[in-house]
Amino acid sequence: MTYLYAAYAATWIIHIGYLATLYLRYSRLRDEMQELKKKR
Amino acid sequence: MKRAFPILAVLTAVLLSYALYEALVVAPTDALQGDVYRIIYYHVPSAWTMFVFFAINFVASVVYLIKRNLKADAVAVSAAEIGVVFCTVVLVTGPIWARPVWGIWWTWDVRLTSTLVLWLIYVSYLTLRRFASGGNMPVLAAALAIFGALDMPLVYFSIWFFRTQHPQPVVGDGGSIDPRMFQVWLINWAAFLCFGMLVFWSRYRLEVTRRDVEQIQAMQSLAEPTRTSGALR
Amino acid sequence: MSKGLTRATLVKDLRLEWRSKDAINSMLFFALLVVVIFSFSFDPTAEESRQIAGGLVWVAFLFAAVVALNQTWGRELRNHVLDAYRVSPAPANALFLAKALGNFIFVSVLEAIMTPLFVVFYNLRALGPAYQLPVVAVLGTWALVVNGTFFAAMSVRTRNREVMLPLLLFPITIPALLAMVEATSAILTGELSAKFWIVLLGAYDVIFTIASLVLFELILHAE
Repeated sequence: MTYLYAAYAATWIIHIGYLATLYLRYSRLRDEMQELKKKR
Repeated sequence: MKRAFPILAVLTAVLLSYALYEALVVAPTDALQGDVYRIIYYHVPSAWTMFVFFAINFVASVVYLIKRNLKADAVAVSAAEIGVVFCTVVLVTGPIWARPVWGIWWTWDVRLTSTLVLWLIYVSYLTLRRFASGGNMPVLAAALAIFGALDMPLVYFSIWFFRTQHPQPVVGDGGSIDPRMFQVWLINWAAFLCFGMLVFWSRYRLEVTRRDVEQIQAMQSLAEPTRTSGALR
Repeated sequence: MSKGLTRATLVKDLRLEWRSKDAINSMLFFALLVVVIFSFSFDPTAEESRQIAGGLVWVAFLFAAVVALNQTWGRELRNHVLDAYRVSPAPANALFLAKALGNFIFVSVLEAIMTPLFVVFYNLRALGPAYQLPVVAVLGTWALVVNGTFFAAMSVRTRNREVMLPLLLFPITIPALLAMVEATSAILTGELSAKFWIVLLGAYDVIFTIASLVLFELILHAE
């Protein structure tokens, strides 16, 4: 049934979406750390 | 600790795949609902995982209020975010399950409505954390977490009574549960719990790193010679 | 000592409000607007109006209460009163109690003015035990006000204060709102008993009054 696959897919889309935001936040943090290192 | 992470990640991936196999292949087909019911192998374990993380948030908030340990606050915010993610999964998979089985997308039944209110409370918690200013935001957030925890039994109870007065279709597991199904539930719960813990740990490390960076930034801007306007000199 | 503090703050707030009538005027106007706009969307017969009146009335009161709550701490913030409180040995929850009682009085006055209007606009007549209505009103208003005053204190230093308060208040208040609306509808339609809802409201009030009094000290010092 398509509903079953839709539910499973939705679950993973949500999880992967959140992981993506974590990754974005992490890379922004990485950039800031580089800037701090430069300033030193 | 850090070396354990990739190993745990692989183990979790294996566990999740195994759980998926169990859910799709091994678990017996439901007599009434057919194969669609397999959604509950994602829906229910996600709900249980959500409760675990919100409980972690509550404990961490209380610990923070008593000990003012910032690590506890980092645990609190991480647990809250992961909890909201799992809560969103529950609220999305619920209607996707309800539609083919009961013909309706949404019903204001006890469990779904309580989950929605829980979601609202924790989203407001995260919003407070984002918009409150200053170093004492964790105290405000912890107080809100306690209020939320006090509220949940009342939420569930009030909606339950409302439903007994105005009955409506129930989106839930009717009837007794085949022990084989329960086993698959547990396997999936274990898998999602491990997955949730991994993500939680990542979020926690991100939070700790973020705070360190902020601290260094603050110290650097203090160390810089101040460029005040000439009028002050 | 703290009772005197509570009374002094309360009297001061009431006197200031009596002179300016800021809060009460905006609340009144807001509630009236809500009533009129709702009456455009529903054109109820007396039968139907009894079913929905509970919800309408409490939505109007809730929005008006938010207007009152938003201005609770503004004056204190502007005049650095909160800083003075932090340094003084006075118990913080004396201040909280004064503010909550002040808001309770404001919103109750509003309800007293609006209720006859509602009765007239929607041709209301209670088919159930009407004496229960003031009980619901008192318990319900306190539920809104006690949490509202607490969350107003939490939001006062946030960037978007006026939005933050309803955002925090509404989810937590859902069980109380459900109880208020259901109790009022039960009394108006006379079909069901409001007893359970009244007990629930009482429990809600007790739990959250205690929680607010206990935690307010922390909030005050957290600004």
